[in-house]
Amino acid sequence: MAIDKDKLLELYTKMLLIRRFEERSADLLMAGEIPSGIHSSIGQEAVAVGVCANLRTDDCVSSTHRAHGHLIAKGGDIKLMMAELYCKRTGYCKGKGGSMHMADYSIGFIGACALVGGGLPVATGVALAAKLQGKDQVTVAFFGDGATNEGTFHESINLASIWNLPIVYVCENNMYAVTTPTSYSIPVKDVATRAVAYGIPGETVDGQDVLAVSAAAGTAVERARQGAGPSLLECKTYRYLGHFVSEEFLLGGKNYRTDDEINSWKARDAIALFGTKLMENGVLTKDKVASIEADIKAKVEDAVTFARQGPQPAPEEALEDLFV
Amino acid sequence: MREVNFMQAFNEGMREEMHRDKTVFFMGEDVQLPVFGFALGLVDEFGPERIINTPLSEAGFVGAGVGAAAAGMRPVVDLSVFGFAYLAMDQIASEAAKMRYMFGGQVKIPLVICGIAGIMGSSAAHHSESPHGMFMNVPGLKIVAPSTPYDCKGLLKAAIRDDNPVLFFQFIQLGLLTGAIPDEDYIVPLGVADLKREGTDVTVVAIGPMVPKALTVAENLAKEGISLEVVDPRTLVPLDKPAICASVKKTGRLVIADEAPRTCGAAAEIAAVVVEDEDTFGYLDAPIQRVTRHHVPMPCSPVLERFVVPDEGRIEAAVRKVMGKS
Repeated sequence: MAIDKDKLLELYTKMLLIRRFEERSADLLMAGEIPSGIHSSIGQEAVAVGVCANLRTDDCVSSTHRAHGHLIAKGGDIKLMMAELYCKRTGYCKGKGGSMHMADYSIGFIGACALVGGGLPVATGVALAAKLQGKDQVTVAFFGDGATNEGTFHESINLASIWNLPIVYVCENNMYAVTTPTSYSIPVKDVATRAVAYGIPGETVDGQDVLAVSAAAGTAVERARQGAGPSLLECKTYRYLGHFVSEEFLLGGKNYRTDDEINSWKARDAIALFGTKLMENGVLTKDKVASIEADIKAKVEDAVTFARQGPQPAPEEALEDLFV
Repeated sequence: MREVNFMQAFNEGMREEMHRDKTVFFMGEDVQLPVFGFALGLVDEFGPERIINTPLSEAGFVGAGVGAAAAGMRPVVDLSVFGFAYLAMDQIASEAAKMRYMFGGQVKIPLVICGIAGIMGSSAAHHSESPHGMFMNVPGLKIVAPSTPYDCKGLLKAAIRDDNPVLFFQFIQLGLLTGAIPDEDYIVPLGVADLKREGTDVTVVAIGPMVPKALTVAENLAKEGISLEVVDPRTLVPLDKPAICASVKKTGRLVIADEAPRTCGAAAEIAAVVVEDEDTFGYLDAPIQRVTRHHVPMPCSPVLERFVVPDEGRIEAAVRKVMGKS
């Protein structure tokens, strides 16, 4: 399927927006302005953008502790995101959620769950509701490699398969659950092969190639929308930073990844790879990149200003929102 | 005596018990390269056969701990964060807690389940959990909530040597708190409260991270001539009812401080124990006051978190109230 030029530029711009938002957030965290911890998705942008490029606004997405990229890719407002990182009343969750628990129900972003594997059953239930309600809405559940060892992964996919639910399970396999490598914790080479046990399609794609991700996700989303059932899509990717920003200080100099490994993944940076391809095809020029960068920088700075200027919640607001 | 911090005390307790007893092993997520200091260096000393990294499979590896305990080992299972215990709830509440009883006493489960609890600071609802009170409602589980490095090490060693499932709460706010411990082997027996400060006017029963806060309040109020007695139960199951009742009989006033949610929590249980006791009830000169977290999940915002978590000010206000001076 040929993708038009505007769509290609949109993919590129969104990946870059995620990158710059994450970089700025990490800097502000280190500067002490952002109180909540951050699990950065730098390096994994192509997965979020490639998958969400296939979704409508009314389609749903569930996410993880590493949620910023997914929310931006789904169309989230970075002002509200940044304000939530600052824990301001003007943030997505009024300061209650912070980095790990963002949600935007107006665009089908049903929430980031910080407990590994916790989002999968919930996403499965959203897909069940869509089926019961006769909607042609699709749900995507994002999760990491670590989650595929949780019971919820297996139970959810089994349910979705026997009930033929309109859902796509997207594993962002960045090869590490905190410090534990998948080579130790997962006995199969490709997580996607686990789909076999539940009788659904499983596909592994290069998570650094946004077009490959988009194409594979497109097939799975279409299958779900047509009522043909769930799929498992594994995207091989890499997080450039630690499990969380500033992890290295807590590990006291010990590392669980080699510099060679990190550099080999950075050499296949998703944004750089795609940018080069677009330049070769004449879709992107250096001037265009500069103008996209300038535009993103302005947007991110606007978000920071919005977050800084937002009011703190009043202490008593802690007691609100428990029940309807 | 030596000064160590809370994490070092835990670490020493683990090392000594693993040297003493070859059936002790330690497993959990990232225990070979721990982000916090509790398990630091253990893998270097004991190797990956006894310091076992697990996949993210809490129900699986907690249950494996139950099985290994039933089969003659003494596992210490690390949940990382105690909020992750909910993922293993069936194995904790239905298997570990009940197997011995259900099977008519045929089996013993010498298992320790530990994890970081308490308020991590803007880590929000999934990571700042203090679920110790919830587990008190499950018959068959012992529950340890230490507040000092001395108690941490001594209680850990007692927990590992105990033949029953023990939940061991590592309150993260106390991680760097230092205190003296002896060089020689010692244990702190489960079920024995500690008088952290003697006093005459008001008993403050404080749990875990509320102990240092209660001691600060005691120090401040002493300047006004108000004398607080700070009782640290140290273990919630078994609970040292005689020690708590004895203190209340002496002071006639009781404040219970716990950072966990309020309803049906440890503070509620302790209050019930005191008013149920015929000998003690008549000594009460004022209604009991609980100082707890507001009954909501932990918000991320520092402003909201400060409001939700009980602090020295709220302990002091409760003391003044039972003194009739609010």
